[in-house]
Amino acid sequence: MAGHSSGTNRGSHSMDKSITLPPDEIFRNLENAKRFAIDIGIRIPLIYTWFRLRHVVTISMLQEADGDPLYEISVQEEITARLHFIKFENAYIETCLDFIKDHLVNTETKVIKATGGGAYKFKDLIEKKLKLKVDKEDEMSCLIKGCNFVLRNIPHEAFVYAKHADSEFRFQTTHPDIFPYLLVNIGSGVSIVKVESEDQFERIGGSSIGGGTFWGLGALLTKTKVKFDELLQLASKGQHTSVDMLVKDIYGGAYGSLGLTGDLIASSFGKSATADKEFSKEDMAKSLLHMISNDIGQLACLYARLHNLNRVYFGGFFIRGHPVTMHTITYSINFFTKGEVQALFLRHEGYLGAIGAFLKGAEEDNPNQYSWGENYAGSSGLMSVSPDLNPMQRARSGTFDMLEMDRLERQLVNLPLLQDPSSYIPDTMDLTEDALAREYWLYCFEEALDGVVKRAIASQPDMPEAAERAEKFRQKYRHKLQTLRNQPFAYGSLTVRSLLDTREHCLNEFNFPDPYSKIKQKENDVALRYYLKVVKSLEELSWEQRQFALVRGLLAGNVFDWGAKAISDVLESDPEFGFEEAKRQLQGNTETFYTQTIRGGPPHTCALFFVDNSGIDIILGVFPFVRELLGRGTQVVLASNSGPALNDVTNGELQILTERIAAMDPVIHSAFKEDRLTLVQSGSSSPCLDLSRLDKVLATVVRERQTDLVIIEGMGRAIHTNYYAMLSCESLKLAVIKNSWLAERLGGKIFSVVFKYEVPPKH
Amino acid sequence: MELNGYHSGDAATAASDDDEAAGPKQQPRPSREETASSGRAEGAVSEGSSAAERRSSSSSAARQRLDSLKRGRPPFPWFGMDIGGTLVKLVYFEPKDITAEEEQEEVENLRSIRRYLTSHTAYGAAGIRDVHLELCDLSMCGRTGSLHFIRFPTHDLPAFLQMGRDKHFSSLHTTLCATGGGAYKFEEDFRLMADLQLHKLDELECLIHGVLYIDSVVPSECYYYENPADPEHCEQRPFPLENPYPLLLVNIGSGVSILAVYSKDNYKRVTGTSLGGGTFLGLCCLLTGCNMFEEALEMASRGDGTRVDKLVRDIYGGDYERFGLPGWAVASSFGNMMCKEKRESISKEDLARATLVTITNNIGSITRMCAVNENIQRVVFVGNFLRVNTLSMKLLAYALDYWSKGQLKALFLRHEGYFGAVGALLELLNPS
Repeated sequence: MAGHSSGTNRGSHSMDKSITLPPDEIFRNLENAKRFAIDIGIRIPLIYTWFRLRHVVTISMLQEADGDPLYEISVQEEITARLHFIKFENAYIETCLDFIKDHLVNTETKVIKATGGGAYKFKDLIEKKLKLKVDKEDEMSCLIKGCNFVLRNIPHEAFVYAKHADSEFRFQTTHPDIFPYLLVNIGSGVSIVKVESEDQFERIGGSSIGGGTFWGLGALLTKTKVKFDELLQLASKGQHTSVDMLVKDIYGGAYGSLGLTGDLIASSFGKSATADKEFSKEDMAKSLLHMISNDIGQLACLYARLHNLNRVYFGGFFIRGHPVTMHTITYSINFFTKGEVQALFLRHEGYLGAIGAFLKGAEEDNPNQYSWGENYAGSSGLMSVSPDLNPMQRARSGTFDMLEMDRLERQLVNLPLLQDPSSYIPDTMDLTEDALAREYWLYCFEEALDGVVKRAIASQPDMPEAAERAEKFRQKYRHKLQTLRNQPFAYGSLTVRSLLDTREHCLNEFNFPDPYSKIKQKENDVALRYYLKVVKSLEELSWEQRQFALVRGLLAGNVFDWGAKAISDVLESDPEFGFEEAKRQLQGNTETFYTQTIRGGPPHTCALFFVDNSGIDIILGVFPFVRELLGRGTQVVLASNSGPALNDVTNGELQILTERIAAMDPVIHSAFKEDRLTLVQSGSSSPCLDLSRLDKVLATVVRERQTDLVIIEGMGRAIHTNYYAMLSCESLKLAVIKNSWLAERLGGKIFSVVFKYEVPPKH
Repeated sequence: MELNGYHSGDAATAASDDDEAAGPKQQPRPSREETASSGRAEGAVSEGSSAAERRSSSSSAARQRLDSLKRGRPPFPWFGMDIGGTLVKLVYFEPKDITAEEEQEEVENLRSIRRYLTSHTAYGAAGIRDVHLELCDLSMCGRTGSLHFIRFPTHDLPAFLQMGRDKHFSSLHTTLCATGGGAYKFEEDFRLMADLQLHKLDELECLIHGVLYIDSVVPSECYYYENPADPEHCEQRPFPLENPYPLLLVNIGSGVSILAVYSKDNYKRVTGTSLGGGTFLGLCCLLTGCNMFEEALEMASRGDGTRVDKLVRDIYGGDYERFGLPGWAVASSFGNMMCKEKRESISKEDLARATLVTITNNIGSITRMCAVNENIQRVVFVGNFLRVNTLSMKLLAYALDYWSKGQLKALFLRHEGYFGAVGALLELLNPS
């Protein structure tokens, strides 16, 4: 990777507004590009490409020899797919095409998919420069395809804009069924499209009064050669009341009997019907903006009502992240629907056309069969290029906006046991809205950064350049944290989960796919040696005593978590911090579960267990508990991460561990062999858990086995996420709070136990 | 300026207006208010140098008034007024069946007003009597006469009030029925400047009543355009509005109101838009430097909007077949003006035309959606934006027909902007 000097350019975050990245950072991985698509808009052409990226992951291999570590760690190269999206102003098209040409060495592709109004205009230029055939695709169908794609694959894609609220952006949880919806695309004109399914959509209306009207008429009125952004800036400084005729200008006040307030515009530009008065550019631009936004909002409402739709997304260059127009459109929609319809905007609205064009070109690869995930490391985030903040720098450096999406190897679906998938919100705390919590967690992650860097370097002792890469990781992640401090909404709702995931993505980006692999290996090794001893001592207890001991063991095991700073400090300084010691430190009571279920009720048919850490947690905490469940005749499905995250046990590791335990323990052995104990992967590589994005296989298993108990373990999965998740069957959320700030916030002390047993309301 | 205009008109008929410059104008007013509705006419005549003359005329006015009341009708003069954001619309009923006795008893002030209004077609700088709309031999409330239609800019209202004051309008003790926003906004001015008490009426109710009344008394009031798609054969045809309900009534004044009318008293305001006649004129003034509606229209008639607007064919080279959009349709109003070179190549006439087309099409588009949402096929357009504006009417007729695939019919009324004022007059004659 060639971005050698990129990090140092971005010291102060005020500079973020004009990303002055050298092109080698922007167009990275270009050598391996497989497919291209471009959306040439009026103003911002947009290119994006699909690269087959070389991605480094660790594979854990089983080794049979006695005395050696129970498995071996090796680093292998794996091919995964990633979508790179780059947006730049069309003034830079030649430079960018030249750069692409120079670096495009390995591609087999002969075609570039193109859409957008400019596809005609730039066709020759692109063909000449890139020696690729330009294949034009219908603009609207690309737009819709792209829109469906982002709605389905990016959890916090849509948001409501509220200018005067504490957090301007209120992100929406994606409804499991994204259809039907209305897309109002405000380009130079307006198209209103009703989308009913993946392939079914209809342009039900439109208007010629759109972004082109604002720009064209605005340029005439202000008698200046202005850019669109500049016109918006003028508008944001103006007073429309000097140009517009308001209701109160006609009535002297409100028109009470119709409920029209005095400040309502009765006639746009109604006061300018005079030859002997001068109006300021700002005021005229503002009046024009109101006129156009209100008109579009009104039409959108009329169409939404006619077709009985309440999800209305707005896009097009008129919107494109401009707070000014998002505000006026939102205002208009609220006014005309009396709040019944909310104007929704999309974080990646500017990419829709290109995504659609790309998908059309990639149909042979079946891109829609996969799930995709936004890569926080490579994406520049919402409003990273703010038109309002730094116009001078923008003009000088141009704007580059990036989005990267990883193809996930598995298709992700909802957990079938969610009580109401449409209202499920994984995250417990929205840091976008909770400023105090945001402050704390950003600080927390910043503080922990040195430790993470150290750990990353230590994980690759044989690689001399690891330190250099780790340093780049530090810069990257610190930069992300700074961005999030200023724009908490950059990647959707800011949550502890997104902060953790961003860190994982950044580590991966600099080839630290699994910094904890060696630690996990060592801990698993140690814990396995104690397994039989723990099982034996449990068996000696009376039934009732054993139940309590099992739960205590489960919770004590969960103390061993390198993700929590309080613990990693202890583990680092005192590796003998034992299982017994952990049990002593636990605060809280765990009786409910036992008094209500195991003691009283019949055994469950099948328990789904989302496990957390490797080592003592999984081996000495979870397995004895699983053993007890199996003994009661309950089937057990253990769900673990597909990919590494901190010291969480991965599906690959769990496979090996289970086989090892089965070799020692006949109870586990027979259950595993008879498939009463099943291992599935969650589809995630996060220390947290999003129950609306789980591996499809997991969902199938859960359904087939008639799962009636869900156990979720650990801070990441049961506290930061899913604490309030409502399931349609019995559930148990358990964790040890290993963070004193959080413990305090929840009204307890550090090492407090969260043990939340819930029974869904009876129908 | 306006004042002079009105005043010059006065001079011919109202020689007695000598108190114009007399000192404390406001002084005697308060007593007047108390008596405004009491019928005690004498109380009204305490000012000015020619008080004696007026006392006698006032007492005969009182007699006449009593006479009128006995027959269940208000005393003359009969006015209806609609004070909009841009224009004041005034309808005046001139009785032609005045008996000799009446003639003799008619108060000087009343006669002066009648003569002033009926002997002129222009008042002041911008007041106009639309002679072509005048309804002769009209029977109203048992009297026969002519209904006159007069308009003047709302910003000239002070001059109008001054004239009312100069002509001692208040001495006639007529009820001045007024609607439109100005009835509320200027109520105080009417009282203070002209000593007139307004009877304020709801705008929409007046509009609907006015439309229904005029359509019932004027045989060819309502018309439509035949063959709107074909400029060669596009012609006006009368449309008998016999069973008008349900009806979508679109009033295009400074702004636009859209009403669904189900019967004389059952109606609702569906929506409205701020992009109306005021927007057309406002934008034209800014873009071309004109300042009169007629001037703007005249420029528009000579211009070519397609040089200003970006058409579907400008983007797609022809029709956008995937969505059934014809190449001639406007894709982006003023869209070509994003480009500096094109901004420099167009004329003021082109700009006026594009403005007119933009506003008109937008009204057509919102109207069509409302008609579909309300399930109404008949649409009547009224309001002064359509005055002498055949371009817009044909455009509306065509747009409604084309985009609704012949489902919707655009209807127009000859007395375009006067229905609110007519409705106000009706309220005077038949108080509800």
